[in-house]
Amino acid sequence: MRKVGVIGIGCTKVGEHWATPLRDLFAEAALLALDDAGIDKIESIYVGNMLSAHTQKQEHLGALMADNIGMPGVQAIKVEAACGSGGIAVHEGFKAVASGLVDFVMVGGVEKMTDISTPEITTALMMAENREYSAFSGITFVGLNALCSRLYMETYEVKADEMMGFPVNDHINAVNNPNAQYPFKITVERAIESAMVADPIHLYECCGIGDGAAVAILCPLEKAKKINKPVIEVSASATATNVLNLYERDDLLDFAATRRAVNQAYSMANIDKKDVDVLEVHDAFSIVGVLSLEALGFAEKGVGARFAAEGEIAIDGDIPTNTMGGLKARGHPIGATGVYQIVELVTQLRGEAGKNQVKDAEIGLAQNIGGVDSTSIIHVLRRR
Amino acid sequence: MSVPNYWREIPYRYMLVGGKCINCGKIYYPIKKVCRVCGSRDFQQIKLSDKGKLVSFTVIRSPPSGYEEFAPYVVGIVELDDGVRVIAQIVDCDIEDVRTGMELEATFRRTSTDGDSGIIMYGTKFRPIIEQ
Repeated sequence: MRKVGVIGIGCTKVGEHWATPLRDLFAEAALLALDDAGIDKIESIYVGNMLSAHTQKQEHLGALMADNIGMPGVQAIKVEAACGSGGIAVHEGFKAVASGLVDFVMVGGVEKMTDISTPEITTALMMAENREYSAFSGITFVGLNALCSRLYMETYEVKADEMMGFPVNDHINAVNNPNAQYPFKITVERAIESAMVADPIHLYECCGIGDGAAVAILCPLEKAKKINKPVIEVSASATATNVLNLYERDDLLDFAATRRAVNQAYSMANIDKKDVDVLEVHDAFSIVGVLSLEALGFAEKGVGARFAAEGEIAIDGDIPTNTMGGLKARGHPIGATGVYQIVELVTQLRGEAGKNQVKDAEIGLAQNIGGVDSTSIIHVLRRR
Repeated sequence: MSVPNYWREIPYRYMLVGGKCINCGKIYYPIKKVCRVCGSRDFQQIKLSDKGKLVSFTVIRSPPSGYEEFAPYVVGIVELDDGVRVIAQIVDCDIEDVRTGMELEATFRRTSTDGDSGIIMYGTKFRPIIEQ
């Protein structure tokens, strides 16, 4: 297996791109990434997306995106794993380069959520679980996470204010990210006074609805070394699944897909969690951030919420997390999120994160999930 | 939702019919093709217990399309007396009175509508067991 590097990154601002069609949103990020890499040709494109069949009545995104950026003829493949679609695109691109089949690969994610109404997007997001049995009950995606949140808070006697570590941290970090959807600070008090969306989850514990695209260019590490930039290696790319429906699991608070994938990734990158300098966690809701921290090994079971609330995930904390705003404040354009994480880690490892720079960051880890940890994708990036 | 898509799930939704692994006894809802515990492909359909207790719940205040008339409503995970878990709405009680651990029983109810001219869908919800 060949070693793989990242040579280019690009992303759009997350937000309401009313005037921009899906294909152009992707192209904006793709052209930024190509320019960043200093190349204009690639052999293969992987596009991560979950909802375009609903939101734009559009599929066949591989050929669509390739055509729009002047590359009809290349291999172009759409991949999907709900909110983990972007991470899966990176993983598939990694395998393509590592295998030796292709050299220069574009991996991207795009989602345009604002083209349909909130009830429609609420319905569409439940495609992440079994339609006939889970969605049929009338549960929503935030509702599924609320089932975990209530059980967690009752089991470990965690109070509402102690659940706000992730949203507060994300909003602090988003202030210095020009691509963030919500670049302003929030307080714990304001968060616990915000409306209930699905009890016990408050509005300020939820990621918003937004449009965005992010793209990275991968190639063999040996070729990456010839490009005049800090060399960033993808030293692990791993993915695993769990029982699809949350309600069918024996332990609602065990993110087993993340546990499995991260163990593979630590082994593949030959590192330990203590070696990670900067972390990207898939905190679509505060409880997801908390359970992810625990599954990744950064906090003991039942301790993740307080660990985050006590500032241990801040840029100057124990493990700097979501340094560009995370899902809560950078935004969570579903199929693009996993690639935004890679873009942000590369920015940190290159030392280009400005006011949010983690000093001497060498190793970064990203966790992207689909469903309530039904699929988990872990990437480890390392400056070489 | 198309009529065949709805119709083929009727026995499982209306009567809580699941699948039991003949080899190891693990029960699933809905039935699977292969048992994740023992790898067996041999299942039998069984009627699940109508009673159970509430594992966790939430209140849906921003509902999906087709469920607007019920909002706000409670959805929870119920562990049935035979050990299998299902997800369903909790009805016939005030939202404020719902507690984890409460004893529940199945009840047949209307669940959603598919627009003004689509099919009206039914399924199983759960309600508190009233002391006799």
